[in-house]
Order: sequence, then structure tokens, then C-alpha cells
Amino acid sequence: MAKITLSKLRHSYMPNPKSDSDYALKEIDLDWQDGGAYALLGPSGCGKSTLLNIISGLLIPSEGQILFDGKDVTKLPPDQRNIAQVFQFPVIYDTMTVYDNLAFPLRNRGRDEATVERRVMAIAEMLEVTEMLGQKAAGLSPDNKQKISMGRGLVREDVNVVMFDEPLTVIDPHLKWKLRSKLKELHQRVKATMIYVTHDQTEALTFADQVVVMQLGEVVQIGTPVELFERPAHTFVGHFIGSPGMNILPCTYDGAAKIEGHPVALEGPVRGTPTGKTEIGIRPEFVSLTTEGLPATVTKVSDVGRHTVVECNCLGHKVNAVIDEGTAPSKGDQTHLAFRTDQTRLYVDGWLATDPE
Amino acid sequence: MKTENQKAWFFVLPVLLLVAFNALIPMMTVVNYSVQETFGDNVFFWQGLDWFQQILRSDRFHAALGRQFLFTFLILIIEVPLGIAIALSMPRKGFWVPVCLVLMALPMLIPWNVVGAMWNIFTLPDIGLLGYFLNHTLGINYDMTQDPIAAWVTIVTMDVWHWTSLVVLLSYAGLVSIPDAYYQAAKIDGASNWSVFRYIQLPKMKTVLTIAILLRFMDSFNIYTEPFVLTGGGPGNSTTLLSIDLVKIALGQFDLGPAAAMSLIYFAITLLVSWLFYTLMTKDDQN
Repeated sequence: MAKITLSKLRHSYMPNPKSDSDYALKEIDLDWQDGGAYALLGPSGCGKSTLLNIISGLLIPSEGQILFDGKDVTKLPPDQRNIAQVFQFPVIYDTMTVYDNLAFPLRNRGRDEATVERRVMAIAEMLEVTEMLGQKAAGLSPDNKQKISMGRGLVREDVNVVMFDEPLTVIDPHLKWKLRSKLKELHQRVKATMIYVTHDQTEALTFADQVVVMQLGEVVQIGTPVELFERPAHTFVGHFIGSPGMNILPCTYDGAAKIEGHPVALEGPVRGTPTGKTEIGIRPEFVSLTTEGLPATVTKVSDVGRHTVVECNCLGHKVNAVIDEGTAPSKGDQTHLAFRTDQTRLYVDGWLATDPE
Repeated sequence: MKTENQKAWFFVLPVLLLVAFNALIPMMTVVNYSVQETFGDNVFFWQGLDWFQQILRSDRFHAALGRQFLFTFLILIIEVPLGIAIALSMPRKGFWVPVCLVLMALPMLIPWNVVGAMWNIFTLPDIGLLGYFLNHTLGINYDMTQDPIAAWVTIVTMDVWHWTSLVVLLSYAGLVSIPDAYYQAAKIDGASNWSVFRYIQLPKMKTVLTIAILLRFMDSFNIYTEPFVLTGGGPGNSTTLLSIDLVKIALGQFDLGPAAAMSLIYFAITLLVSWLFYTLMTKDDQN
């Protein structure tokens, strides 16, 4: 187990990258604490798999270093890094039994059979696959196959980090939840550093203590699930996390924020003097329908079970509001919107520019 | 409501007719010959299973069958590992992929009798490139019209040259279908190159290899044109494989009865070996 440090990491798939856009990963500095559960969250093509492959050693970065407990491993091949990786599609050695699959990484490293047996039995019990040990791995269901490929990672005592590359993609929805809680439980039992790559916010937020949100090869925010939800550092995070995502409304700022001339109170002081594109960000959960405030027309009402999502046209902009209970408006109603002041933030060129009072 | 009638049979009829004309009817005429004796003029005498007994007891048949199995065994034992090895060393992506594929496909595009003629000329001791080189440059006494060993080396080499590509192309197709994650996982698990081959590549190639071996078995077991053009079965009878012997009996000696019986035995052996092999190879998958 180890602390992982990424220092000035950049990677490009081109031989001679020139501009910033040639880089799949743009300058990343990160510290991952020993034993933490992390998620790398971002849309497809944001560079999260590239980052994962660099940590596992399948890819050598163009620039920068990776340190495990302060030791430079940038150029080490995967088998010398003591890492484990679980892939999107379960990787199983078809011709072997489940037992042999689990024993494979240990046998390759020349462990004696007694140690192999002790570890395999322990892991099998942890994953609840003990009764399948004698079976051919080829005949297993996808979720069990994925469990076995996880097990192959966990079976070594000295793993620095276990990485998951969208491991639930091929799992049936009703088993996803089960496997996810199994993962969480495993993390608590084995105390290994775990990095979980996904584009699914529910998976990231339920698994991780710390979520790293990436976009276009850059880390936009690192934080706990609550921080990401409450104070997105970038409009992208606001959009990407939450359902529906944060409302982002273009505004003007001259000492006070105004949407189409209507003043809107912000959570607190604005850092510096904003130059560039200014926007107001407010989560739908903190928008309420009132009798005074910004005038709006209801354009769509969707009942999503526990609450109702009301889509409004507010001064030419689309605003979502989440209404818990009570009187839901109907389509075409004229209403007014109020934003909860301590949750109303100003973004300048996409980045958060207000501090709480 | 379910309508029950026999109209569906009409859809099967064209195929049935086709199979009847290209397989069943010709085959039945062979069956017909195999149990009778004829002296021409469409006069037939009933022989029962005499021809079958005669063929099965004849040393000549045993010798030809032995040579046939030896030939097939030799080419399989060379072509399959060699084909896999070539497929493994071929590039998986980039400019050289189509170049390699075309080069590999070329020998298979050459007509069989041309292959026989090419190798015949190629190995002539006085003017053939290989024959001259072996005899005059290396000083090895090599003449396949005189020496049975030389004849065998030549027909086996020729078949390897002609058909290894088939194994290569099929194995290659199996190899490129393996997702990268398998290789990455193996790297992380610390697997050796041999383990990667044994536990990832070979199992993933199993289906295509089964087909490749089956095709090579049937083709080589029934081979006629190339050895006929190359050696004509000689020197002596040393390269007289089953099909060559069969043609000698049927057309050379005009013994239609024994030839027909031999054809059926020949067919039965090919069918039986193919079936056994296929059943053994696919047994695991059904469990």
C-alpha cells in the first residue's frame, strides 16, 4: 500500500505535441493518500483512462513523474509496480478453474503453494465465491467473472493500489448495486488504495471518499461528494454532477450580479474584479417558486417520484427547479423564481469566483 | 390458430434437388459399382462385399493408406505450429498488416497443378534453381525422381509452402480478436510470454485452429493434383498416396468395382477422422 504522487504529469499520444490541445492529459499534480478510496469522474474522452494506464504502467507519460511512497516508478513495467487493475470487460483465463485464476498472479511470482492456498481461500471467502473455486471460469456469469478479476488483484498482499476501469459496464442493473457495495466493503477490509474510473456520477459518489473530476485532460475539481455537489469549482462540475445539473445563467456584473437587468443576490464577496464571461450558478434544489422574484413561465413539469422537476423559461433562459411536495404548477403557468442566497454563486470564465459570507 | 400443412417442404425442395444431383446420385452410382463386376456392355454381376474385402486385405491399399497418413501427419505437424508462429510474429496494426496479409494469401491463389509444375521445375537437378543449388553448390545428391526421401521432402515442403498460409490467416484472425485488456491484465498478473500464449492466445485461437486443422486434414488427406504433377507417385510407389493409387486402379487398370469400393472406404476414413477430431475438440464447450 502506498501514497501515490503525480507530479507535473503530461501525456500526448502524438510524437511531437505542439499546442495544448495535442495533449490528452494536461499537467496534472495530485496526491493520493494511502488507503483512500478515490474516483476519477468525467465524460468519455476526458483522459481518465489515460491517467489510469499511466498509473498502472501500461503507458509511459510524455512528461512528469509518478511516485509510489516517494519512489519514482515512472518507467517501471506494470508487474514491478505491484498494482492491480480491473477492466471494463471481465478478463478471465477461460481454460483455468476459478481457483487457478485467483492463484495465477501468485504463482507467476513464485509463491509456494501453501501461501497460494491460504490467500486464495481468504479472497474467495471475501468475495463469496468459495463454492465456485473448482469450476471452469469460462462458464461464470458476468458479475462473477468481474468478481474473479477483482480477486486476482486483491490476492497479492503487497498491492500498492487497485484500479477499476468502469468495472460495472457489463453488469446487469440489479447486480450493479450489489457489486458496488461489495467493493465498498472490500475497501474497508483490505485497506488498499483504490482508484475507480467511471463516467457515472452515482458510482463515483457512492464509492469514493474523494472524487477527482476531469474534463478535456484537466482536473477541474477534487473533493468529497458533498463538496462537489454544494460548491462546484467549475460550471462543468455543476452540470455534470446532480440530476438535473446546476442551472448556469449568463449575467452581468458591475458590483452586483444582474440577469437581464434583474439583480440577483450572491452568497458572498466576489474575488477580485471579474473580467470575462460571468455566469450565475444555482442548483435546482435551491430554486423555489414564489410570488415575487425573477419572472418565469413554466415550460415542462416532470414528476420523478420523490420530487417534481419544473422546467421554466426565465427571462429567455432555461431554469430547472426541484419542488419537493405540495402544489406543483402546470405547464404554461406564470410564476416567479427565488434563488437561495447562500447557494447562489458567480462563475467567471467557468470558474467559481465567490466565497461564502 | 395454427395452420398445419406440408407446404414448407417446397422450400426445401431446391436444396434437396441440388444435393441429389451433385452428391447423392453420383455417390449412389459408386455404391452401385462397388458391389458388382462389369466387363463392359452394361453387363453386371453381383459381387456383394467381395471388393471391400479384397481392398481391405490388400497390401497395396495398406501401403497407400500408410503413406497417406504419414503425409497428412507430417504436413499437420509442420504447418500448424509454423502457421501459429508466423501469425504471432505478424504486426497487429499499421502499414505492414495488409502487406503481410497479401503476401500470405498469394501461395493459396495459385492453381494446384501450377504449384506442382512450379516445384517440379524448381527442383530439377540440372536446371531448377533449388535442384541446381543443392547438387552443384552444396554438393548434396538430390534428385527426387531417383530418391524416395528427396521425393518426400519435396512434396511435404511444397504442401507447407502452399498451405501454411491458411493456418496463418485463420490464427491471425483469432489473434486480432483478443481485446487489449487481456494482454494488459496478463502483464499486471506478471504472466510470462509462454503463459500469455498458453492461457490467452491459444484458448482464443482454439475455434479457428480447429477449423484450420480440419480443413488441412481433409485437403491433405484427399490431395491428388500436386503430387501427381510433381512425382506422379514415384519413384516406384514411394509417393503413391491414396488418391493417386485410386486413380491408377480406376482409370489405369479400369477395375471399376475395386476402385468404387476403395473410394467408399477412403470417404469413410476421411469422414470418421474428421468427425472424431471435431467431436473431441468441441467436447469441452458443451459441458
